[in-house]
Amino acid sequence: MDWEFISTNIPLYREAAVLTVKIGFAGILVAILLGLLCEIIVYCRIPVLRRAVAVYIELSRNTPLLIQLFFIYYGLPKIGIRTDAQACGVAGLAFLGGSYMAEAFRSGVEAVGAAQEESAYSLGLSRMQTIRYVILPQAFAISAPAFVANVIFLLKETSVFSAVSLMDLMFTAKDLIGLYYNTTESLALLVVFYLLILLPVSLLGSVLERRLRYAGFGT
Amino acid sequence: MGVRPVPGIVLEISHLHKAYGQNTVIEDLSLTVREGEVIVIVGPSGCGKSTLLRCINALESNQGGEVRLHGEPVLKGSKNLPEIRQKIGMVFQNYELFPHMTVLDNIMLAPVKAQGRKKSEVREEALALLKRVGLETKANSFPRQLSGGQKQRTAIVRALCMHPDILLFDEVTAALDPEMVREVLEVILDLANQGKTMLVVTHEMQFARAIADWVVFLDDGRICEEGTPEEFFDHPKTERAKKFLNTFTFERKARQPKTI
Ligand SMILES: Nc1ncnc2c1ncn2[C@@H]1O[C@H](COP(=O)(O)OP(=O)(O)OP(=O)(O)O)[C@@H](O)[C@H]1O
Ligand SMILES: [Mg+2]
Repeated sequence: MDWEFISTNIPLYREAAVLTVKIGFAGILVAILLGLLCEIIVYCRIPVLRRAVAVYIELSRNTPLLIQLFFIYYGLPKIGIRTDAQACGVAGLAFLGGSYMAEAFRSGVEAVGAAQEESAYSLGLSRMQTIRYVILPQAFAISAPAFVANVIFLLKETSVFSAVSLMDLMFTAKDLIGLYYNTTESLALLVVFYLLILLPVSLLGSVLERRLRYAGFGT
Repeated sequence: MGVRPVPGIVLEISHLHKAYGQNTVIEDLSLTVREGEVIVIVGPSGCGKSTLLRCINALESNQGGEVRLHGEPVLKGSKNLPEIRQKIGMVFQNYELFPHMTVLDNIMLAPVKAQGRKKSEVREEALALLKRVGLETKANSFPRQLSGGQKQRTAIVRALCMHPDILLFDEVTAALDPEMVREVLEVILDLANQGKTMLVVTHEMQFARAIADWVVFLDDGRICEEGTPEEFFDHPKTERAKKFLNTFTFERKARQPKTI
């Protein structure tokens, strides 16, 4: 193990990690909003949009992120939409994550059940009020485990960002290997930095899950 | 023949027809509920009692006829349906409290959000009502921390706090352990004594007899017989009603003298 190589390149990895985290979390945030929007469209059975959501979910879930990124990065400029690499990374992650988030929310909403909805309606709450105060808070708690799993999955997916020349962790590792052939050290650093990002998220996730389970409303 | 008093009409169901596909559940049913009246609906399982109550506040769509509350039609899909539902209190067999909210928040949600009333005023009323049903210490508990009877009393308070014109009860003691049935029935009896207008579906015949101004016997989605509690329970006219009431009494034949 070439420790000097490692120590001189840590700043490079740190910078790349910051970029990965930045784009990762931005993409996940948009994915959550997109997923929520999709689920509300499906739940409210909004005619045309509902179809569009179904198509989007199949498209997003059944194509690799790499291909989605290529489409956004190389395809969009062809029809006159300019994207820089970072925006492209955020968009790609959001496109992939939106469907996973939508599915997580959907199973949560389904688990809340029709009786709760009817109970809210019978009190004279409007549809929107029912969604906001009765359905969503319960659905969020129920879908928390799936939600956490999605966040981790999406953070790991960021490793394909290098394909659109984003200088993320993967890009940095590949770059260093290409330049110096220090494969072991470069990969070790890569693993360590991914763990540094993902372990805290995992830990936070399981705390969140446990809290929600204890608050566990059940009956 | 008992005479039914004639104050103002609160709820009017006329020629209601409800079917699930080919299966007709309510057929040409008409019923009027007047101010301050307690009408008890009884009938065998599957005769359409729950469906009738659910049609009244348009949780179910109907296939004919109409329901009017103070003259206003209750229509599924109509724009003012939430407002009309605010005037129809409903209590379910399985309570259907919101599990993520405390007792107090359960009660305050609709008055504050749907009726736009002031929080402080609603809170005060909610606490007074909770006290009235013996739950003043449970205001900040979550539903999962309550017994079945306490949950159901909370659900009743939640409906009451909306100041409904009529209350619908659908077998509200059916899911309860026997020792909790009474505490809930007493709350409903108290409401009857306060002159609340109510439509009560129940399998508790003693209770039905005690609380009813008028008994409606439903069979196969139609009103088979109706009358005062005395008429219905002591002198049922139809064979079906007699047969139904017989299912609640147990008799033991006199023992045969032993023959050697
Ligand atoms: N969602 C539904 N889809 C199809 N059929 C239904 C549905 N809900 C109720 N039914 C049918 O309608 C009929 C009346 O049901 P309902 O629940 O109103 O009876 P009930 O008088 O309340 O019975 P119980 O005393 O057991 O509660 C039953 O035959 C039932 O099978
Ligand atoms: Mg029923």
